[in-house]
Amino acid sequence: MDFKEKIIEKILLLIAFSSVSVLALITFFIFEQGLPLIWKIGPKAFLLGEQWIPSKGLFGIFPMIVSSFWVTLGALLLGIPLGLACTIFLCEWTPPSLATLLRPAIQLLAAIPSVIYGFWGLIVLVPLIRNHLGSPGLSILAGSLVLSFMILPTIITISEDSLKALPPSYKAGALALGATHWQAIWRVLIPAARSGIVSSIILGMGRAIGETMAMIMILGNAVKMPTSFLDSARTLTTNIGIEMGYASGDHRQALFATGIVLFFIIMGLNTLAIFLSRRRVH
Amino acid sequence: MIKDAHNKTYFIWTLGSLLIILLTLGCQRSKAGITVAGSTSVEPFAELLAEEYMIHHQKSHIYVQGGGSTAGIEAAISGAANIGMSSRYLIGDEKKLHAVMIAKDAIAVIVNPKNPIADLSLVQIRNTFSGKIKSWKEIGGPLPPIVLVTREEGSGTRESFQRFVMGKEDISLEALVQDSNGAVRQVVASDLNAIGYISLGLVNEQVKALRISGVEPSIINIDHGKYKLVRPFLFIFNGEPDGDAKSFLEFVLSATAQKLLFKEGLVPVLPNIAQK
Repeated sequence: MDFKEKIIEKILLLIAFSSVSVLALITFFIFEQGLPLIWKIGPKAFLLGEQWIPSKGLFGIFPMIVSSFWVTLGALLLGIPLGLACTIFLCEWTPPSLATLLRPAIQLLAAIPSVIYGFWGLIVLVPLIRNHLGSPGLSILAGSLVLSFMILPTIITISEDSLKALPPSYKAGALALGATHWQAIWRVLIPAARSGIVSSIILGMGRAIGETMAMIMILGNAVKMPTSFLDSARTLTTNIGIEMGYASGDHRQALFATGIVLFFIIMGLNTLAIFLSRRRVH
Repeated sequence: MIKDAHNKTYFIWTLGSLLIILLTLGCQRSKAGITVAGSTSVEPFAELLAEEYMIHHQKSHIYVQGGGSTAGIEAAISGAANIGMSSRYLIGDEKKLHAVMIAKDAIAVIVNPKNPIADLSLVQIRNTFSGKIKSWKEIGGPLPPIVLVTREEGSGTRESFQRFVMGKEDISLEALVQDSNGAVRQVVASDLNAIGYISLGLVNEQVKALRISGVEPSIINIDHGKYKLVRPFLFIFNGEPDGDAKSFLEFVLSATAQKLLFKEGLVPVLPNIAQK
């Protein structure tokens, strides 16, 4: 009996480790492929170079770093107010019958494949922007709009959890002191759940930076420094996605090197989110 | 207690066999056959030919995959594919591979059908794509700024366009980049101000192919060498083709297959087919 227990334990351990080792392998592979190129052309030329012309050996990804942040910033500007409004409504005003309908609907947003978002953006949003605001329509604005919908489920579910985790006495106390319902929410509940809400936003940001397929379809992918929200842009992820099929040699390594930069950005954001959500315990 | 022990043995066996099944799943192949991989420009035509071929050769199966010319050539070298597809000539080390031209394809410069422009010179096209000409007005079109649509770095179509049209000039970094012929066509079809380039075989009624200095991109003009934007469609083999790969190549070079390619808008390599 004891022996069998041990075997089962070891098998489960092995399985658990195999999933972690996949992560380790991927990390190793990205760095092993990408680092040589970064050293070859110099980290500064790679990170701050403004020209990406692989056929000429120019691998500057600065425009893509900037574009990634523009697109993400746009998504957050649109997504945070929408997400927070939705969360507050869900927690405080929605009758239970409506909430049972709304909650799965929001979770369903996360289940829609990103290619569908991209297709919808391409067919609906892009022509709207082209006809009303000028520009080719394939733009940061279109990308940010689509992303803001894609990050809604992340923002709503996590910040709703953190609002619900608050002791009921917070709200009761605020109301007892004469605060209106809205004052209680805005002055007491939201600040108390701040760390959870902020980490939901950071996780949403990670999702936005990592999105690839939809962005390839609607950003236009021009490799230049964006100057307005109506400009076409190429993010770090779409750079990999759009060029990997044909890349070889230095070009391929440069795409892996782009992956390294993404890796650090995503790791940074996730660490920040974990750190912030831990602080809530105190 | 005894029942409990039984359960555990059972559990271990299930887990073990599951593991084995999972490990071996990857090794299975549904049907023996050959893989043809590479250029996304050649891919739709190869698929068509493969379907036709499999009607007559029920026993063999041909798997057609995209990935791009460079990936196709690499796949042929590594043996990941029996046949690599390329829409550009081999360069450098690649020249030691065995390449067979299966057809020729032209690159068409396309605009929206509502765009009044129907004819541009090579120089005008070059200056447009390099960003020197920014407005349609400069070349006799509607007012708004020109929206350039290009392919991504490494694409065979882009490489050919660069060589035939751009020469030493660079394609403007302002240009929108799309990752397939279809995507370029989609953007040009929906944007009145757009100009792009795609494989002639994939031009349809949604877009308009421009004449270049008066020369229509037609099969006759390509065959007579009047239309200059022509590139090869190659099958790449690592060494002499044999077995199924050889038999597929023979089919592709046969009159039936070449007629099929001609109907799809390519220029066949058999000279007498393009005449009629």
